[in-house]
Amino acid sequence: MTYWDKEKECISRKLLEDLQLRRLKETVYRVYAFVPAYKEKFDAAGVKPDDINSLEDIRKLPFTIKSDLRNNYPFNLFAVPMSEVVRIHSSSGTTGKPTVVGYTRKDLDTWSELMARALTSAGADRYSVIQNAYGYGLFTGGLGVHYGAEKLGASVIPSSGGNTKRQVMLMQDFGTTVLTCTPSYALFMAEVMEEMGITPADLKLKAGIFGAEPWSEDMRTKIEDSLKIKAFDIYGLSEIIGPGVAIECDAKNGLHIAEDHFLVEIIDPITEEVLPYGTPGELVITTLTKEALPMIRYRTRDLTTLDIVPCECGRTHVRMQKVLGRSDDMVIIRGVNIFPSMVESVLLRIKGVSPYYLLVVDRKGNLDFLEVQVEVSEEIFSDEVRRLEELGALITKELESALGIAVKVRLVEPKSIARSEGKATRVIDKRKI
Amino acid sequence: MAKQISVFLENKAGRLSNVTRVLGDAQINIRALSIADTSDFGILRIIVSDPVKAYKILKEAGFTVSETQVIAVQIPDSPGGLASVLEHMADENLNIEYLYAFLGTTENDALVIFKVEDIEKAEAAFKKKEIKFLDENQLYRL
Ligand SMILES: [Zn+2]
Repeated sequence: MTYWDKEKECISRKLLEDLQLRRLKETVYRVYAFVPAYKEKFDAAGVKPDDINSLEDIRKLPFTIKSDLRNNYPFNLFAVPMSEVVRIHSSSGTTGKPTVVGYTRKDLDTWSELMARALTSAGADRYSVIQNAYGYGLFTGGLGVHYGAEKLGASVIPSSGGNTKRQVMLMQDFGTTVLTCTPSYALFMAEVMEEMGITPADLKLKAGIFGAEPWSEDMRTKIEDSLKIKAFDIYGLSEIIGPGVAIECDAKNGLHIAEDHFLVEIIDPITEEVLPYGTPGELVITTLTKEALPMIRYRTRDLTTLDIVPCECGRTHVRMQKVLGRSDDMVIIRGVNIFPSMVESVLLRIKGVSPYYLLVVDRKGNLDFLEVQVEVSEEIFSDEVRRLEELGALITKELESALGIAVKVRLVEPKSIARSEGKATRVIDKRKI
Repeated sequence: MAKQISVFLENKAGRLSNVTRVLGDAQINIRALSIADTSDFGILRIIVSDPVKAYKILKEAGFTVSETQVIAVQIPDSPGGLASVLEHMADENLNIEYLYAFLGTTENDALVIFKVEDIEKAEAAFKKKEIKFLDENQLYRL
C-alpha cells in the first residue's frame, strides 16, 4: 500500500484526537479574536473559547451555514488581513450572491498536500500523466487538483473542461494515465470516444478521480466498464477547502476524510442533534488548520454516514459513505424524499438506457408530479412505436417500484438534456419557479 | 430489400422541419415518408436517395437514427391491387409491422413500403406470386 503521508494518514486514533483538540482550540481562539461575525455568534450562544476543552465540547458552538458566507460577502469571514490572502475562489451565485473563499500561502500548501494524498490513494504517482478536465477558474476543482498533482510530481495536462474531442485526442497523444473531472463528464467523454472510433485499448488510462457532484455505484460501474479504468470518488467543497477533503482508497468502501485537517460530525438536518457513527445524516465540518477562512461547524447539506471501523488499506481516518445526495438536490414529492442518484441507479440497470436524465417536478392543482425525462439512445431506439412504448412502460415500472411514487416517463431526443462539462443539472423544480 | 431511415422525434414544434432541412441541405431527396406518433414522441420513417449519407448526417446533427430493412412493393394501380397483395401476405402468414405509400409511382404502379417480421420469407412469397418489388438501387434512384 502506498501513502503520500503515512504518518498522518495512518496515525493512531489517540494521537489524532490529541492533535484535533489542539488544533480545534487554536482555531476557536483565532476566529473569536479576528472574525467579528464569529464572536457575535459565540457571544449570542454564551460560549467562550475557554469552554472548549474536549472534542465533544464542539457541540457548544453554533453552526455556520451557507448564508453566513453570503451575509459576510465578500471577505468579512476572513481571519487574516488581505495582505496574507494569496488566492480567492468563488462559487457561482445561481441562487443569490456568490460565496467567496480565500487562501493564505499555507492554506494552498495544505490543499496541495491533501490533493497529493488523494491522488496517491487513487494509485497516481510521479510517473502518472494526469489530465485535469475540471474547470479552471473561480471554481476550486481545476486549480485544486492541479496544484496537488504538481506537488505529487506527476505530469499535469491542464485541459480544463470542454472541447471533448480535443480532450480525447490529448488523452491518446499524451498517454494520459489518470483522468480527473466530474463523473457525468467522464461518461460524456466515453460517448464521444466511441463516436470517434477510439477504444479504451487505444489509451493508457488506468484511473479516474471523479467528484463535484453525487454519483451512484451504478454510475461507477458504467464509467469503469466504458473507459476500462478504476473510478475513485473524491469529495470536497470550496467553503471548506475544495477537492481533497475526502478520497476513496482501493477498498472503495467509503471516502477517508482528512481528519488531521477537518473535524467531522453527522447531524439530523431537522433537529440539528449530533448523531452517532453509522447513522445517516448531514455532514458538518470544522476546519482545523485553515488560516484565511476557518469554518466552525459548517453545515455541508450533504447527506452521508460515517464509518469508524478500521479500513483494510491501513488508513485510520474515518470514512464517509459516498454522498447519497445534497439536501439541495433532494426533492420531496408527496412526502417522499427523492434523490437524482436513485433515478440514475434504476436507469443504469436497464440495458441500453443512457444515464442522461432530468427530473422535472411540477404541481398541478394541489398534487405534485414527477416527470423523468430519459434520452433515447441508438441502442434502445426502435422504428416500432410498440417497442418504445414497452420500454417507457418498463422504465416507469422500475422507477415506481424504486421510488415508491407515481412517475411519468418521457422519452426525449439525445443531447436535448444538456451535457454538462461541470456539474450536471439533474432536477428542475417548477414548484419553486 | 431496401433501407429505411428511422428517426426519433420528440413531439415538439419544429423537429420534423429540422430533419427535412438537414437532409435538404445535404442534397438528399425524400422518396417516401411516414410518421407514427404518440402523445409524447414520434418516429419518422423515410426512404431517401442516399440512406448511408442520410444516416451519417442525421446522427451528426444529434438525432437518434436507425436503419431498418423494408420492402418496396409494386402494386398494380387498379382497384383491388393492394387488397390482393395483402390477402396473399395473409395466406403466407406474413406479419406486417407497418406499411406506407411511396411519393410518386413507377410504370403505372403504386409503390408501398412494407416492414415485415421476416423479410426473406416475404420476398420469397412475393416472387412466388410474381409480385414485383424494387431492389435498393432502383428505389433510391426513382
Ligand atoms: Zn481505506
